Order: sequence, then C-alpha cells, then structure tokens
Amino acid sequence: MGKKLISFFNKQKQFEQDMLESEMEYSSFYADSLKRLKKNKMAMICAGILVVLILVAIFAPIIAPYDPTFQDYSAVLAEPGFAHPFGTDEYGRDILSRIIYGSRVSISIGISAQVVASLVGVTLGAVAGYYGGKIDSIISRIMEIFQAFPDLIFAMAIITFMGKSVMNLFVALGLLTWVRTARMIRGSVMQLKEKEYIEASRASGASTFWIIMKGLIPNCLSTIIVLVTLGIPNAIMYEASLSFLGIGIQPPTPSWGNMISAAQTFISYRPLYSIMPGVAIMITVIAFNIFGDGLRDALDPKLKA
Amino acid sequence: MNEHTGQVPLLEVRHLRKLFPAKSAFLSREKTYIKAVDDVSFTLMPKETLGVVGESGCGKSTMGRSVLRLIEPTSGEILYKGEDFTKAKEATLRKMRSDMQIIFQDPYASLNPRMTVGEIIAEPLNIQKRYATREETREQVIRVMKVVGLNPKYYNRYPHEFSGGQRQRIGIARAIALSPSLIVCDEPVSALDVSIQSQVLNLLRDLQESMGMAYIFISHNLSVIKHISDRVMVMYLGHVVEMADKKDLFATPCHPYTQALLSAIPVPERHSKRKKILLQGDLPSPANPPSGCIFHTRCFMAADICSVEKPELRDLGNGHFCACHFCGNCAGKETKKESKRNMES
Amino acid sequence: MMEDKILEVKHLKTYFHTDAGFSKAVDDVSFSVEKGKTLGIVGESGCGKSITSLSIMGLVEIPPGEIAGGEILFEGEDLLKKNEDEMRKIRGKKIAMIFQEPMTSLNPVFTVGEQIMEALMLHEKMTKRQAREKGIEMLKMVKIPLPEKRFDEYPHQLSGGMRQRVMIAMALCCSPELLICDEPTTALDVTIQAQILDLIIELKEKTGTSVMMITHDLGVIAEVADDVMVMYAGKVVEKATCDQIFEKPMHPYTYGLMHCIPKLDGDDSERLSVIEGMVPSFDDMPKGCAFCPRCSEARAICQERMPELVNAEGRLVRCFKYTQEWKENVE
Repeated sequence: MGKKLISFFNKQKQFEQDMLESEMEYSSFYADSLKRLKKNKMAMICAGILVVLILVAIFAPIIAPYDPTFQDYSAVLAEPGFAHPFGTDEYGRDILSRIIYGSRVSISIGISAQVVASLVGVTLGAVAGYYGGKIDSIISRIMEIFQAFPDLIFAMAIITFMGKSVMNLFVALGLLTWVRTARMIRGSVMQLKEKEYIEASRASGASTFWIIMKGLIPNCLSTIIVLVTLGIPNAIMYEASLSFLGIGIQPPTPSWGNMISAAQTFISYRPLYSIMPGVAIMITVIAFNIFGDGLRDALDPKLKA
Repeated sequence: MNEHTGQVPLLEVRHLRKLFPAKSAFLSREKTYIKAVDDVSFTLMPKETLGVVGESGCGKSTMGRSVLRLIEPTSGEILYKGEDFTKAKEATLRKMRSDMQIIFQDPYASLNPRMTVGEIIAEPLNIQKRYATREETREQVIRVMKVVGLNPKYYNRYPHEFSGGQRQRIGIARAIALSPSLIVCDEPVSALDVSIQSQVLNLLRDLQESMGMAYIFISHNLSVIKHISDRVMVMYLGHVVEMADKKDLFATPCHPYTQALLSAIPVPERHSKRKKILLQGDLPSPANPPSGCIFHTRCFMAADICSVEKPELRDLGNGHFCACHFCGNCAGKETKKESKRNMES
Repeated sequence: MMEDKILEVKHLKTYFHTDAGFSKAVDDVSFSVEKGKTLGIVGESGCGKSITSLSIMGLVEIPPGEIAGGEILFEGEDLLKKNEDEMRKIRGKKIAMIFQEPMTSLNPVFTVGEQIMEALMLHEKMTKRQAREKGIEMLKMVKIPLPEKRFDEYPHQLSGGMRQRVMIAMALCCSPELLICDEPTTALDVTIQAQILDLIIELKEKTGTSVMMITHDLGVIAEVADDVMVMYAGKVVEKATCDQIFEKPMHPYTYGLMHCIPKLDGDDSERLSVIEGMVPSFDDMPKGCAFCPRCSEARAICQERMPELVNAEGRLVRCFKYTQEWKENVE
C-alpha cells in the first residue's frame, strides 16, 4: 500500500514536469478540415470564382459600364463591340451591365432563400429527430405533403396564388427547399441522440437545452454547412427558371432568368444575348456545387472516427 | 451483507423491471413486450463492487442504465441513499445525477468528437455548476487528468487523436470528475487490447481505493469480473439466476448456467484439466422466453418440473442466492459446505 | 521436408501507403503451417496478424497496400505470382477463410443454402441437386439443428453462433487444404465460443485440414494450437510450439501478455501486472526493438537496433536477452 502511494506520487510528479516541459498542444476539427479543403485544388479554384462573383455583385455600380435600366434607343440590339462588349438588348440596354447587376439578384436571392430554408429545416428537422414519437410523425407527414408536388409547379402555384413579388418568390423558394434540409437533419439528429456521449451528458444531469447546444448542434454543423452550400445553386436555378417563366423577378429589374427569357426571340439573330446570362448561371452553379462537394469531403466526419 | 456490517446501503434496487414494446403484427391490438430486465433486486454497499455477468441479450446493460434512469424503468424501486430515485422529479433527478456516473464500453462512441479532452472532462462540472470560475474548473480537470494517467498537455486535443486505451481514460476522467459515490461501468474493458485492459482494470481499482466509490461492473468476461468484484450477480435472459460473494460463486457455482459459463472460458493453460460443460443450442429470444425456468432449454440438469414451474431466487445462506429447483441438493451445495469449512479454518 | 508443409511464408512484407505516411503492417514475416496441424497467431490489434492472412488470400487492397517482398508457397507454388483468376480458384477451394463478424461476411439477400451451393457449383462443378444435398450435409456436419429448414433461411434469421457455423460449413464445403480463422469467436458469447471452438477442433480432426488460427485470446490458442507465433508491431517476436510457449514464455512481450490477463484461479487481491504504455503507432516506431519502450528488461542495446530472431531453447525469439552479445555485455 505504501509502495503504491509512492509510485502514485512519483507518477504525479512526472506529469507536473511534463506540464512544464511542453506547452499545451492545439489542433481542431475545423482547422484540420480547412487544411484538407486547401489540398483540394478544384474546390479552391471554385472558391476563388465565388469570391469574385460575390465581389462583382457587391460592387456592381462601380464595375458595370452602364446603368442596367438605361435605354439607349440609338443602339437597340447593337452588335457586340467596343462600346457594348456583349451588345445591347431590344431596349438598347447594355447586356454586360445587366448581367453584372443580375448577379446581385441571383446570388442574394439564392443565399437568403437558402439561409431561411435552412433555419426552418434545421429547426423542424432537429425537433422531429430529437423528440420522435407524435411530433416526429406530424412533421414527417408535413414534409411528405410538400414533397408530393412537382417542385416548379408547386412554386408557380404559390406565386400565382400570392402574387408576383420578390418577397413571394422568396417564400416559394424557401418552401421548396426546406424539406431536404429537414430530412437530413432529422436523420442525423436521430443518429446522434443515440450516441453514448449524449447519454454521458444526460447521466451528468444535462438539460435538453444543454444537449442540443453542446451535443447535437456542433455535431450537425458540418452537415448544415454543406447543405447550405449545395442548396444555394439549387435556389439560383429555381429563381432563374421562375424568372424565365415570367413569374420570378419582373423586368426591368435584371435577372439572369428573365434576360434569357427576353432573349429567346432574338436567339438566332443575337446569340450572345441569351448565351451570356446562361453562361453566368452555369459558372455560378458549377462553382457552388464543386465548392460544396469539396467542403463535404473536407468536413466528412467519417474520415475521422 | 448489510446485517453483518450494519452499514446503510448506498443503493437498493427492488423488483426492477424494464419492458420494451416489441413490434407486433400489423394492425393487431395485442401488444407484446420484450422483458429486458425482469424482477431484479439487489443492494449495493458504499465502496462495494457488484459484478454483473451474462451473455449478450441478458439485460445487464439495460439493468445498468435503468438504475441510473438513463432508460426509464417500467416498474420497481431504486433507493439511492434511502431516497427513492425512481420518483425523483426532473430537477432533483439532475441534481442527484452528480453522484452517479457511467463509463461506457465503446471509447469511440462515448466521447463527443467536437469537444476537446478538457471540455469533455469539464462537461459534468459545468452542468452541475460545481465551480464558480473557469479557472477552478480547469484546475479540477487537470487534477483529474493526472489521476487517471493522462498527460495534462493533451487538454486541448480532440479525442480522435487518441488510442482506445487513452480514450477510455478520458471517459473514466469524465466519470470521476464530480467525485461520485456510484459508477456504473458498462463493459469498460471489452473493447480494449489485452495489454491495455489490465492497465484500465488497475486504474479502476486504484481509483476505488483512493476515492471510495461503489461500482456496478458489467462485463461478459468472468475473469475480469472475478478480478474486480466483491459480489457477483449472474444474469440470464433478464433474470438474476445467481448472486453471491465472489469467493463463493467462483468456488462453488450453484446454478447450472454459472457452472457452464465458468467452464466455457478458454484458459491460457496447456492441457487444462477442467471439464467443459458444453451448453446445447443458442440463447432463446427474450421476446419469447421459455416457460418455467428460463434456462431449461439449454440446461444439462433439466427435469420435468423445470419447464413448468419457475424457480424462485432462494437464499442458500451467507448471501448466496440461486434460482434453480435443484440448488438445495446439488453437488455444488456439498462442496460449498466444505469450502466454507476450509475458509473458516 | 517440403511435403509436410502445406503453407510456407518466407520474408513476407506487406506495406501500406496512407495519407499519414507509410506503414510496415507485416515486416519480414516467415512461418509455415504443417499438414494437419494448427498454427496460432497471437497479437493485439495492429500487430499485423490479420494483414498476414489477407496477404495469403490475396485480399490486400492494392493500393493503398503493397506486397513489397517475400514468397507465399502453398503446396510448393508461390501465390504471389498467381493472377487474379488463378487466385480465385484457390480461394474458397484450397484455402478457405472464416472472419470475425459472420453477419458482414454473409450476403443478406441470399439464403444460407444459396451461398453454400454457389461455392460448390463453382469449384466442384456440381449440379444444383448435388450441391443442395452436399450443402445440407455440411450444415449437419456443423451441427445446425433442422438443417433442411435452415438451408432455405436468410442470414438475419440466424443467431450469431448459427451464422458462424454456417460460415464454417461454407469454408469447409470444398474440403480446403488450409482453413484460416481470423478471430472466429471474438464476436460470440462465451458459451457459444466454447461450442464453436469445439466444432473447429472436431472438424479439423475429421477432415485433416490444416488451420491457421488468428486471435488475441491466449486461452483460445491454448485450446486449439499446435504451434504459436506471437506478433508485435508487424514483426514475429516469438515462434514456438504451444507447449513451449505456455510452459515458459521467453519474449518479454509474450510473458507480459500471459501475465496481464486476470486468472480464474489467481489471487485477485493483487494488482494485475501490466505492460506499460501502448503499441507504438507506425509513424513513430522506436529506432531499436519495437517493444523496447514498454519492456521492463530493456537495456541500452535494445534502443539501438532491432534484434534478430535468434534460436534459443529450440524456438525462435526476437530478443537480445538470448544472444551471445547480451551474455557478454550485460551479465
């Protein structure tokens, strides 16, 4: 017994020495993820494209050579040239400027619709997953109802019913996309709440609030980040489609969707007019998707046990 | 035990029962239940270790979690330091939990991957608001880390950087941070390598000696149970089939199931002379347990009475309980008397 | 001499290339399995025992794996020189393997019978009817009650012990020359483990198959093995007959392993003897003997270089304790 105590104290001394000798070492999950993300070249290129796109959207008034709504009747449907790189439209508005301003609409609507949808989706999904039982059944049934309609027709119905406005477009996009988020979060919360570390928190007397804040959300965060990043291009596509169909963003406000719609008539005559907004949509969507995939790979907790 | 020492038991469990609803046939009104734990009673003294042994599906883990109310027991009483734990309201329950902790089997699933080692060990302290300042909490965490043999320089590391044995130490540190009186150890060494197992077992023992807590030690490994326990409870299909002092149980196992379990362990010894009792067949499903004695389908001693009448858990004296129709007059009894005589002399 | 050895592995090196670096999972391992005998391979997780068996079966994934050298002679032919087609004919037919987790090695969408028949029809060119008869006979042999009924059931309808029996039946149905068992009883309960071990011993005697038993449990080894090989960090540290090992473990690691298990008949008021520390990770292998940081008998020389396998008292041990050098310098 005496011997044991001595060895015990010796051990303790050893540790104190270790403490002094080496500084506490740091490493964190998100720092590691960032390192992994940086290794992924495609994702980093796309991140660069996205940064440029967002800067363009923010500084549109400085970058754009013309006011996007300024109508120059002396240069209606002008050929691409020095004054107008992509030409002008049927009202003599500069197409390049309209595309630049259009990025504001597309990106801001994409991001904000997705953020709102995620807030709703995460909350409902987490509640359904955590409490289970009747609450889960009710929320799951609602989700099934939402999923039972074809996406675009559903959005069209909402906008036709509520009237054409940016706000309603927003609502329609949100309603379209929250279900996917909610389903994913519900699934991962259901898995997480069975984990032993959640049980350990409960065994220490943790309240529900504590468990959600410390146990569930940090472990869902990477899923949420990925869902939002991959959801944005989706929302941008929907916005473009709805605007193309004439029930999204209303002219004269430029949006990539309504530009393509307007350009249809002149497609054989001024192909750049319809191609350029299309290219803008394509670049944005692809960049968001590849970056989102990269993020998912970097954050994938399966790589780390 | 308590009549000998006159101490107040730390924990008294009476007729604990946990039923899980089983999936019933589509649209059928009849509800079937799986009796995971059926009528389990025991007392636990302070600083005592009760070993719970049994095969998978015998309900030992469910029992351990029900005692802590991590799984709500269906019926029964749990008296903790004389207070009825089963009836405690949410707020008192949370308070009482600071005195009882759990150590899990899987050192990978039991640590939150998004928390640092320091945060994990500090969590129970923060939940219970044990210390007023962060500094004090931090000091306690570092103290606990040293006690379990973790280098405090790992304070800011994440669990994925550690090996199984070290993770288990982190789990133990979290459990002892609040200096509880009772720890339920649910297969704490089963997932570890042999050479690490002994380190953790020694640690658990040292901690018990220095901090004086009681363990409910759940394991399927009889050698480990024998090493660490004071008393042993053998479970089969949710029932206690035998409970006795460790020495008694291992010297004179009374229940045929205990005998079979003991003989089935492969011993690292060449040409071991022990005779093996090979049980026939598999564990019956707990959803549809056999009639009468639950063990009679695999028992080598089974007689007609066994499939009809359920044997009671009887006291054979000296705190040795056994649920078998034949345990009063089985061979074990005689050798038991002998060994008692030997022990006395 | 060659006739007696069903399998001879010479200087096998299996390496893995991962993001974190390069690991020598199996490093210069040589051993042989004699006809009708059982070789036990013991070691803790990460010691390379499973990778050794996968290398023999040709089931190491390349990349990240790489067989960097050595020979695996099975009935005199080098398995490493065979192509995938030839290996497929050997796998299952001549060398069969049983895994730890029977659920993951059985295909859940086919019945037990279909899976047994597949091997028989593929390797033995049996007709469906013959295969069915043989399959049921195999199930009978591994003592599955109601074999005709079980034959048409799906894996999830069976218990863990039953599944392992099915795995054994499948492994033995083409009467292989060598049966590799990778922790066959680890996932099972004690009473079921006893049944399965008993079955493996009985079948071995009946069929004359050679067995390679991979496990971390010295108790299992004591029961089934004739020869034992102890592995640590990818290397063989001791190789001897089973009787020799249990009579006197010579390598400090083997000794430590044997003494850190709680004994059923031991005095349990004592603390358990322990092997301090833990298995080194491959990116931070000690320079000298891999076991040296945990060894209570380590001397200066152990930190300098890796000891060779030396012949001592009729067995092979990788420890300086038994070298001439040690006797001269230390004692």
